[in-house]
Amino acid sequence: MKPAITVRSSRFSFIFEKRTVIINLILFFLAVFACVIGPMLGHTLLSPYEVVTALFGNGSGANEFIVMQSRLPRTLLSLVAGAALGVSGMILQGIVRNPLAAPDIIGVTGGGAVAAVIFLTYGAGLSIQFLPLAAVTGSLLVAVLTYFLAWQRGITPIRLVLIGIGISAIMSAGTTFMIVVSSAVTASQAYLWLTGSVYGASWNDVGILVTVVFLTIPVTMVFSRSLNTQQLGNDTALGLGVRLQLDRLILLLFSVILAGSAVALVGAVGFVGLIAPHIARTLVGKTHGALTLASASSGALLLFGADLAARTLFYPVDIPAGVFTAGVGAPFFLYLLFRNRHHM
Amino acid sequence: MKSLEAKDVRFSYDDKLILNDLTVTIPKGKITVFIGGNGCGKSTLLRTMARLLKTEKGMILLDGEDISTRKTKDIAKQMSILPQGPSAPEGLSVEQLVKQGRYPHQSFLKQWSLEDEKMVSKALRATGMTEHALSAVDELSGGQRQRAWIAMTLAQGSDTLLLDEPTTYLDMSHQIDVLDLLYELNEKEQRTVVMVLHDMNLACRYAHHLVAMRNKTIYDAGAPDDIMTKKMVRDVFNMECMITNDPIFGSPMVIPHGKGRMADESSIRAKAK
Amino acid sequence: MKVANVFQQKKVTTFILLSLLLVMAFASSIIFGQTPISAEEAVRSFTSFDQNLTSHIVVRYDRLPRAVIGTVVGAGLAVSGTLMQAMTRNPMASPSIFGINNGAIFFIVVGMVFFSVSSLVSLMWLAFAGAALAALIVYILGSLGRDGLTPVKIVLAGAAISALFQSYTQGILVFDEAGLQDVLFWLAGSVSGRTLDMLIPVLPFIVTAMITALLMGRAINLLVTGDDIAKGMGQNILLIKAAMGAIVVVLAGSSVAIVGAVGFIGLVIPHIARFFAGTDYRWILPYSAILGAFLLVGADVAARLVIRPQEVPIGVMTAIIGGPFFIYIARRGLKSL
Repeated sequence: MKPAITVRSSRFSFIFEKRTVIINLILFFLAVFACVIGPMLGHTLLSPYEVVTALFGNGSGANEFIVMQSRLPRTLLSLVAGAALGVSGMILQGIVRNPLAAPDIIGVTGGGAVAAVIFLTYGAGLSIQFLPLAAVTGSLLVAVLTYFLAWQRGITPIRLVLIGIGISAIMSAGTTFMIVVSSAVTASQAYLWLTGSVYGASWNDVGILVTVVFLTIPVTMVFSRSLNTQQLGNDTALGLGVRLQLDRLILLLFSVILAGSAVALVGAVGFVGLIAPHIARTLVGKTHGALTLASASSGALLLFGADLAARTLFYPVDIPAGVFTAGVGAPFFLYLLFRNRHHM
Repeated sequence: MKSLEAKDVRFSYDDKLILNDLTVTIPKGKITVFIGGNGCGKSTLLRTMARLLKTEKGMILLDGEDISTRKTKDIAKQMSILPQGPSAPEGLSVEQLVKQGRYPHQSFLKQWSLEDEKMVSKALRATGMTEHALSAVDELSGGQRQRAWIAMTLAQGSDTLLLDEPTTYLDMSHQIDVLDLLYELNEKEQRTVVMVLHDMNLACRYAHHLVAMRNKTIYDAGAPDDIMTKKMVRDVFNMECMITNDPIFGSPMVIPHGKGRMADESSIRAKAK
Repeated sequence: MKVANVFQQKKVTTFILLSLLLVMAFASSIIFGQTPISAEEAVRSFTSFDQNLTSHIVVRYDRLPRAVIGTVVGAGLAVSGTLMQAMTRNPMASPSIFGINNGAIFFIVVGMVFFSVSSLVSLMWLAFAGAALAALIVYILGSLGRDGLTPVKIVLAGAAISALFQSYTQGILVFDEAGLQDVLFWLAGSVSGRTLDMLIPVLPFIVTAMITALLMGRAINLLVTGDDIAKGMGQNILLIKAAMGAIVVVLAGSSVAIVGAVGFIGLVIPHIARFFAGTDYRWILPYSAILGAFLLVGADVAARLVIRPQEVPIGVMTAIIGGPFFIYIARRGLKSL
């Protein structure tokens, strides 16, 4: 047996592999650390002390404003949105058992994008505040459509993937079409949304997403054992007493809620949902309980790092974070791929 | 004693009828083997009995209770299934695989009880896989891989074990190895074993009870000695044969006519001497 | 074998029908457009070309090149997609997994923004170089390690490299909003305004790659049964995979270079081809070629007609026409790889 910690009483019993516990703790502390680093960097550099005092309401007025109104919400939004996308991707890759699966496969990104572009083109009279609402509605509608089209006496992974490919292609065609026929201003606004950014994060956004993430991730962990058995194939999972169709529906729903709300608030950030689960897998292995947490942290750190790079490297230009998710994440991922090159 | 029973079961894929209102009973504590030609529905029957497929009509009874009315997790505690040609994700260790067998006994709060731990190590021991516990399943030999999967179903702690062609793709010695293991599990622990096999001679040797299927329904069922006849082989497999007795075990042995290289008489006589 | 014969006949008949559809699409591509041109007039523009007649000029210098380029590119994208899915044994793979689209786009954007390249022919060569470079990097990364090129490694390396190039492209475009609109149209792909000058220099490569691909059906049949079995049968899998990789680069790279990123065909046509042709790659490959060509040429005709006088980007049209059909056959049950 690998070194593990077992905790037991009459009511509960758990087992944790030491290595995964340590790695998850490190990842978690890195995320907490990011909450201090994020607010430090920017046009006016602040010391860790200044950040911490501002956090507890004892800093100078100016510092407190920078930290509490601008940098901290932005940092937190990038962290929770990244976590949501990471977990969403992990769930999907687990259900369809395909390493290329990402939240776009169930139409979340495509649906959100079409809705966002329609909103930008035709919703001229409406406040931009309603953009997230439009996007999340689009995501949900298209996800439901995908699910129903893939349903035939149940959902099979391969049918879900293929229908997802078809729907995504149609959605992205629709998006491109709208952008091409719309005005240049709308086009560049839409392009910004499609790239994804955490500009102008408000505490309101943070509040919504934190609620979603902290409600969904623990429940995902409850279903992580079902996800483990699903990796052994449909028949084995059914034989073990998994309510396969029900569990799949619930897990897909979580995946849609996580990615849908993240995409609504920060735009169609690519790459995080695809790569964060792979990064997590090379770090903690394939057991979905530990993997859920690691995917959340990897996604969080990935989007945080991307946004940090995007707003500091080319100062005063503030680049959308979505541009840098791959820029930051891909080299690291390629390094992991190289390190595991004999075992893949 | 009955353990598992299919009553008037009908099943079809799309519009193609596969099982036509058939009824069959599996004796408790015995080894039952389904035989029959390709496409006769034997795998489908096993899969409906394991609730992997839903019957259109009729029902499956486990210890006298209709399985469709029971919680699937509860059924999993009584009956485990090893599907045909199962595949594990790359890099999954034997131990991790076997642990999954405990799924029906666990909950979010009870993820690794003492009972779980005991059952997993017992299953590893029973299959002789303890020393390979940390090896990756996909890197084992075919026979060992099948042992690892059987260990998973054993960890489930059920009395009834359903296996869909457990010896496919295995060489002769590994086939015997897997069947011997199942034989021991039945002999020592009185587990009910139900499986689909293609090799009629091995079926006769290991089975207490044979179920021969033809044309979407049961052709005959009973002890190998009673039902293994030339007529049965002709009707079920559409093949002429000779039936003699296995020189080691005395169980019926089928020698197909077919074509083959005929040895000349002198060499047969030379061998006889 | 009688049964086998019936199947073969059915496949041949379907193939001929699809070829006829392609010919019809090709003909309508020449006849329909902003100014409809009669069939006789179109024929005359070849038999007795009169350079004072607008219709003759349109046929010779606009319609014909589009139809030819549509046919070649459509077939090329579809065949490279089929090879890619066979090689990675992944139904979600397409040539873009090799980083081909994003590599090409990155080079084009760099060329446009930093070096003010504007001639379509130079951009084409840039795109081709970008596609080849990206694919080469992906191939090398996917081949590192003990087991050589494995499906999982190539797919993951491809996804990462592809995203990396996309990230660079987006980064540049954020700074240069003016270039955005041009690039966006290019991203969606188009066969309009393409001349045969862009096709002819790469045509020998495309033809060679296409013929090699069609001849590889038997080898691919063996490869998709798994590396071990293929090796056991005495196949040089390294060579086969390298050849498939090279063909993908030539076909998809030149396609993206000539018409831009038309995404849908390489991903979806292989599935549709398998739906008609079954599991034998000797049939799947020619079916892919015909279906890909038909979809692209047909989509181009539709793209000119729906919102006249504007044109819809071709990539949009292929997805709108092919998407629902693909979903329909996905529900009917697609053949696995």
